[in-house]
Amino acid sequence: MKTDRILSILFILPSLILVGIFIYGFIGWTGWVSMVNWRDVFPDFTFVGLRNYARLFQHFRFVISMKNTLVFTVLFLLFSISIGLLLAILLDRKVRFEGFFRTVYLFPMAVSFVVTGVAWRWILNPGTGGESVGLNWLLERMGLGFLKSGWYTDPNIGIKAVVIAAVWQMSGYVMALYLAGIRSIPNELYEAAQLDGANVFQLYRHIVLPLLRPVTLSAVIILGHISLKIFDLVFAMTGSGIGFSCDVPALFMYDTTFRGNYFSQGAAIAMILLMCVAALIVPYLTYSIRTEVRR
Amino acid sequence: MRLGRFFLYLVLIIFVLFYLMPVYVLVVTSLKSFKEISLRTMWIPPKEIGFSSFVRAWYGDKSRGLRGLSGNFMNSVYLTVPATLISSVLGSMNGYVLTKWKFKRANLVFALLLFGMFIPYQSILIPLVQVLQKTKLYGSIPGLILVHCVYGIPITTLIFRNYYSTIPSDIVEAAKIDGAGFVKIFAKVILPLSGPAFAVTAIWQFTSIWNDFLFGLVVTPNPSVQPITVALNNLAGSYFVEWNVQMAGALITALPTLIVYIFLGKLFMRGLLSGSLSGM
Repeated sequence: MKTDRILSILFILPSLILVGIFIYGFIGWTGWVSMVNWRDVFPDFTFVGLRNYARLFQHFRFVISMKNTLVFTVLFLLFSISIGLLLAILLDRKVRFEGFFRTVYLFPMAVSFVVTGVAWRWILNPGTGGESVGLNWLLERMGLGFLKSGWYTDPNIGIKAVVIAAVWQMSGYVMALYLAGIRSIPNELYEAAQLDGANVFQLYRHIVLPLLRPVTLSAVIILGHISLKIFDLVFAMTGSGIGFSCDVPALFMYDTTFRGNYFSQGAAIAMILLMCVAALIVPYLTYSIRTEVRR
Repeated sequence: MRLGRFFLYLVLIIFVLFYLMPVYVLVVTSLKSFKEISLRTMWIPPKEIGFSSFVRAWYGDKSRGLRGLSGNFMNSVYLTVPATLISSVLGSMNGYVLTKWKFKRANLVFALLLFGMFIPYQSILIPLVQVLQKTKLYGSIPGLILVHCVYGIPITTLIFRNYYSTIPSDIVEAAKIDGAGFVKIFAKVILPLSGPAFAVTAIWQFTSIWNDFLFGLVVTPNPSVQPITVALNNLAGSYFVEWNVQMAGALITALPTLIVYIFLGKLFMRGLLSGSLSGM
């Protein structure tokens, strides 16, 4: 019995050690690096306290990238969640070829953000010389010429163009989440509502949507943390863009650290990013594990 | 009601067009010859279908200084397969302990593990590079394998833990009464039941390791060691832009995970949903 206890600890120990070092140890180390004066290829561990953080908030590129993240997150969540919910509700209306539709909506999830970036950079290319190409050409043909834009080459649009690609990639996933949620609602509830004479809209408004709240929470958490740390898509699609109009903190961190060798500054960006994600994730994890224990 | 159905299908089909649009562009462009490529004719099918851009994307063109993706494709295979296997095995071991041999504070340990799934990897990149350089693993495929195994532990543990908690603990108790110990129960009782969970983690890990870009970019500066996503980005960022070759490269890069998705769609979906914590 006792050997079993020891064996069980030995079983989980490698993972605990690896995670302890590679996640928590490394985070601690990054935190330390963010408070020293390492701004060259060669490490310099002179302690400077929060100076790197203070400088960061005065750095124009950091301010732009934080604003961009906010815009990106809001739009990305808004569109992914509303499209995902819409598609799930429609697909639940006893649609023929449902399997086909589901497969098409979900497949972008299986593709790398880099592939997505390469494809959308081509589609959203506004071309030169005022001629309409890419998506602009399509919009013009469909009589939607007023929607034409410079996309990621227009500093006013910038990051919003990247949202299109991100929504393309992730909205199908939200659809899958909602569909699973809708399908897990017991039939009796529908039947009871129908007996009470509820029409389709009332059914969704008063029965389905309230029951889908936990799914929405999951979707916000998942999309939110992806959004805060988005890197590959931006890197592959636009880079930091004209006047950093497509810049995000993760990209800024990469440039600062691995292209500019400002390690301490890079570590400070990384820590701020981590804190943003933690502010979203920690309450959620605490809540889910607590409710699970209660069950 | 008829009209309602019509609009329902109309909306669904409009979205199908939206989701397939990039695929159409990728396929059409990659089948064109370089001469035929221009932004203006991007939506128009090729006059004659050719596979030369796939050949160029795969083998490259030394005279033009164009690196092919074939080597990088294989790098990704050598990286993805072992990393997927090892992280799945670690996940099943952890899941077993966390459900059937719960210790004090097991939930806290689990929460600490799970948090690792969400962290932005930027917050560990600097020490990671330092440690890999010190251990001579920097710039190598074994180094990348290690990285993906470690950062895969949270999600594989989550999937196996969720799965094992559906296996009744009575089975384990019965085996204990029969005199089976910790290892024997794992090997004879739990592992034989683990097929579905292994399939889900394998698909999840295969997809996310294959699609990774950040670790490949930071850990492998040498082009001949880089995984295919990083190589694709370099192909796309090269000075002389051959759109058709880029698009062919993008299709080659996407192919393995798309094949997995098409043939194992149900399991892929299950993996997605367990990744969403919805099983918690």
